[in-house]
Amino acid sequence: MTYRNDPYDPKQAVLLAQDALDDAVAGADKAFAGASDLDALAALKSQHLGDRAPISLARREIGSLPPAAKADAGKRVNEARVAVQSAFDARLAALTAEREERVLVEETVDVTLPTGRRPRGAQHPLTAIMERVGDLFVGMGYEVAEGPEAEWEWYNFDALNMHPDHPARSMMDTFFVAASGADRDTDSRIVLRTHTSPVQARTMLTRKPPIYIVCPGRVYRTDELDATHTPVFHQVEGLVIDKGITMAHLKGTLDHFVKGLFGPGTETRLRPSYFPFVEPGAEIDMWFPHHRDGARWVEWGGCGMVNPRVLRACGIDPDEYSGFAFGMGIERALMFRNAAGDMRDMVEGDVRYARAFGWEA
Amino acid sequence: MRVPLSWLREHVDLPADLTADGLEKALVKVGLEVEEMTDAGASVEGPLVVGRVESIEELQGLKKPIRYCLVDVGNAEPQGIICGARNFAEGDLVVVALPGAVLPGGFAIAARKTYGHISNGMICSARELGVSDEHEGIIVLPPGTAAPGAEARPVVGLDDIVVEVNVTPDRGYCFSVRGIARELSHSLGGAYHDPVAAVVPIEGDGSSLGEEAYRIDVRDSVACDRFTAVAVRGVDPAAPTPQWMTARLAVAGIRSISLPVDITNYLMIETGQPMHAWDLERLTGPLVVRRAAAGEKLTTLDGVKRALDPQDIVIADDTGVVSLAAVMGGSTTEVSASTVDVLLEAAHWDPLSVARTIRRHKLPSEAGKRYERGVDPQITAAAAARAAALLAEHGGGTVDPRVTDVYAVVPPAPVTMAVTRPSELAGIDYTQERVVEVLTMIGASVEVDGGRAVVTPPSWRPDLTDPADLVEEVLRLDGYDRIPSILPIAPPGAGLSVTQRRRRTVGRALADAGFTETLCYPFVGVGVLDALRIPAGDPRRDLVLLRNPLSDEEPGMRTTLLPPLLGALRRNLGRGLRDLALFELGTVFLPGGPVRVAPSAGVDGPPPAEELRAAEALLPHQPWHVAAVIAGDADPAGWWGAGRPADWADAVDAARVAAEAAGVTLTVRAGVDVAGGPEAVAPWHPGRCAALLVGDTVVGYAGELHPAVCADLDLPRRTVAMEFDLDAVPIPGVSTAPRLSGFPTALLDVALVVDAATPAGDVASALTEGAGALLESVRLFDVYEGAQLGAGRKSLAYKLTFRAADRTLTGEEALAARDAAVAVAADRFGATLRGA
Repeated sequence: MTYRNDPYDPKQAVLLAQDALDDAVAGADKAFAGASDLDALAALKSQHLGDRAPISLARREIGSLPPAAKADAGKRVNEARVAVQSAFDARLAALTAEREERVLVEETVDVTLPTGRRPRGAQHPLTAIMERVGDLFVGMGYEVAEGPEAEWEWYNFDALNMHPDHPARSMMDTFFVAASGADRDTDSRIVLRTHTSPVQARTMLTRKPPIYIVCPGRVYRTDELDATHTPVFHQVEGLVIDKGITMAHLKGTLDHFVKGLFGPGTETRLRPSYFPFVEPGAEIDMWFPHHRDGARWVEWGGCGMVNPRVLRACGIDPDEYSGFAFGMGIERALMFRNAAGDMRDMVEGDVRYARAFGWEA
Repeated sequence: MRVPLSWLREHVDLPADLTADGLEKALVKVGLEVEEMTDAGASVEGPLVVGRVESIEELQGLKKPIRYCLVDVGNAEPQGIICGARNFAEGDLVVVALPGAVLPGGFAIAARKTYGHISNGMICSARELGVSDEHEGIIVLPPGTAAPGAEARPVVGLDDIVVEVNVTPDRGYCFSVRGIARELSHSLGGAYHDPVAAVVPIEGDGSSLGEEAYRIDVRDSVACDRFTAVAVRGVDPAAPTPQWMTARLAVAGIRSISLPVDITNYLMIETGQPMHAWDLERLTGPLVVRRAAAGEKLTTLDGVKRALDPQDIVIADDTGVVSLAAVMGGSTTEVSASTVDVLLEAAHWDPLSVARTIRRHKLPSEAGKRYERGVDPQITAAAAARAAALLAEHGGGTVDPRVTDVYAVVPPAPVTMAVTRPSELAGIDYTQERVVEVLTMIGASVEVDGGRAVVTPPSWRPDLTDPADLVEEVLRLDGYDRIPSILPIAPPGAGLSVTQRRRRTVGRALADAGFTETLCYPFVGVGVLDALRIPAGDPRRDLVLLRNPLSDEEPGMRTTLLPPLLGALRRNLGRGLRDLALFELGTVFLPGGPVRVAPSAGVDGPPPAEELRAAEALLPHQPWHVAAVIAGDADPAGWWGAGRPADWADAVDAARVAAEAAGVTLTVRAGVDVAGGPEAVAPWHPGRCAALLVGDTVVGYAGELHPAVCADLDLPRRTVAMEFDLDAVPIPGVSTAPRLSGFPTALLDVALVVDAATPAGDVASALTEGAGALLESVRLFDVYEGAQLGAGRKSLAYKLTFRAADRTLTGEEALAARDAAVAVAADRFGATLRGA
């Protein structure tokens, strides 16, 4: 041990010799390089960088030097210490990287293993399409209107220019609700709505024009279930009542609608037809370029200018306002839009069906 | 309405090269939907010839009658052919498809051995050839139609295009060649030849003026505003109907019956005028047109004895009612195989009365269909004259020069329309000339007076009553394809309503939570309610019933979503699918008492508000419910280990997920306590059923289904379900943003020993209440029951998290809050700290 007030001791001063410092650095370099893992390196740390390491011991000698020699010795010792520390850090980094790499390799898993931890659900594709239709029209400023499925006959028929003896009324294949009684055969003037059109009447009676609404919903007809018929199905109804509304507006709205739902290149063609609640009335044909069997015209619903008789029955002055209405089947849209072949699949609730569509249909 | 192109060509000039496709386009353009188009010339391939039946051998000992026939088909030797029909005799002319022929549907004819004979071809029915739906027996051609071996296609109308037009209810006149030909002339521009205009009227020698063919007494001119009768005497009852006529009737789907009847049917198709042929000798006294009297009965031609309604229009003679006018004749006066003197009736009946009679007696007929939709009242005389002439020509009778024509027709009312109206509604400009031209073209007479067109519709267009009807005529005949496409600009909207957004969010949340949406039929019967053990008197048994359900097993509308949803679950299981989670979002139908008869209301203007309210009050309540079911594992099994079977808690959690999506937090209480007993919680397991509450309102239930319900419905044990009334969940207000504290938490655990029956949820509520504002959360992490606690006791271990908004809590503060929490639990449930 050397003390500050000791007389100069050449034996001790050997530690500060440049050769000795170089040897210490070289020895540390070699030792660190030889460390094969982080534990071995850690074990070497105190030997070369600890209190008893040659360079640490050399630093202690500086105090014993004559003042003139101190600066030089201090600089050299420090350089040696930095060199050893750098060698250690470099080796530490290299070994750490090596170990991390090895750990990552060791932790490798088969990422193709199935991952179905959470059961997957799905919305029904008909719901998805109805929501899409609603969004399209809401984006145009329309509102979504609703009405009951068990409906007053007056809204379903009479208000829509289908008086009780109208041939179109008997063609609707209506489910009739029985009035309470012994025989289940007394008519209650309540029906399961045969179309979403009663919502038209309800809306006109409760709102003042301008009216821009769509009504997606469930409707009923007494058809037996088969591949192309179902007694319970869905429609979307549109109604616009405003000043100066023309059939050109109807056409423009339908064109925009089908492009939004069925993609670009789709357009409509109107074909004269008859629905009691519109006059003039038309069937809608749609040019559908994306049909699975090639581009073609497909029938999709009916439309027309709201019959002035309907406007009057619903309290709207046909001399002041005109309007258009349209209605079409959602199941049918799913059939040609998504190449759905069998309506039974849509109503049976088999989970494979809805899941195949995911969230957007 | 099926009609051959060749018939239409007789009344409208059409291009000689008009194809089936061109014909369809032309019809569709003016609004006649083409249901089916048959190019009959191409429908049968290979040899189809006329044959004469030489001999018939009845084969014996077979289960059904089979004939082995030798048929002359123009070859040296007759062909042996097996035939199952029996409506022909030796010597009859028939239609034979020879080996090599291919019938519609790809049915190839070949020589084959059957019933011990070689059958060299087939004797065909009209349906087998695709010329009509007639299949009761084979086609028997009138004698002398053609020689054996002759090409049979022209004989049976197979050289023609047959078009089936779907006639909309407003176009009654298109149930005729006359009407369709007129529309084709509008569509293609060819000249139109009205079959009615070509009829030569019956002209007597003058001595018959003012006399009647038969005494007709019309006592109700609303029911019948025109009745024309013509007599033909001395008709040969055996006279056959000409083959061209039966062929055309067959195409129209009408069976040949007798010459007089065939002629009336033929003219009905050609002119649209339904007619009736009476046997004059079977009439007693004048024919009286009137409404039926109460209690009167009539046996109609179909052999059914019908009780008549005082609204039915009838024709009576001295013996009583002999015909249900316009709909069906009676059996006592119809022409028969021995009729010699025929009275031909062509009348015009009130459409409304006819429609009601058709529905009342469920008697749809070709005649009724036309009257209901409107028949031209101006053509009765022409139709009767033409029928008489045809009967005289083919049946050899003499036309009585006297004509009865009772006439009370009210001419169509003129309709006044602004000349600009079509332009205003189409969005394009039609000149006044164009508007007048189109309306004149359809047969209306038009007078324009200062911008207003006064339009008198033609007699065959009773549908043209309003200006809008005239507008449609202009638009449709000028062409819908000329109408441009202009998108109207709607005023700014408010987007989806809050309830609409909420339904969407709930559906998405459940789908996201692993549930698959179904859209089940809402029909139910009492059977499934029994299976669900729903007790008598429960409102869920109070069904809205249908008068005409698809199935008598399911005559009602669902009062709960579960029956159809569980049905879908079972269907999935039946298809081998497992670990299922389904949900449905839909309406239920709650009559809330007896279903009463709703009022009727007029349509001349809006019904009074009180009338609308009254009707609305009578409709069943139809709230939106949400329901979910799970069977099998809730967390899937996999290479990571076993699955976790769904239990009652998954059902409750599904309800919580749905309710939170709707913006509310559910409170859960034991179902039996809330519903009032174990039976009232059906279909749930009484010990594993949670009542779902929002505030104090019970909105639904969730839990495990009753084991007996699972057994009855063939569902796996421990199937779980939830259902609640989404419309009963209040719409939450605007959420208040939380203030988040960044100060450290103090975590303290408490284990409380309580009576085993104490609901853990209530204990947690008590802790929350007692802990005060410093409590951030309370979480139950262990439930323990064991001997050391004593029988009937359980330990509930909660982790309490405390945090202050403005400072780091001291240990003393946290402990004080904890003690306050425990104190409330102790006070309310006798809870003691475990180990204390």
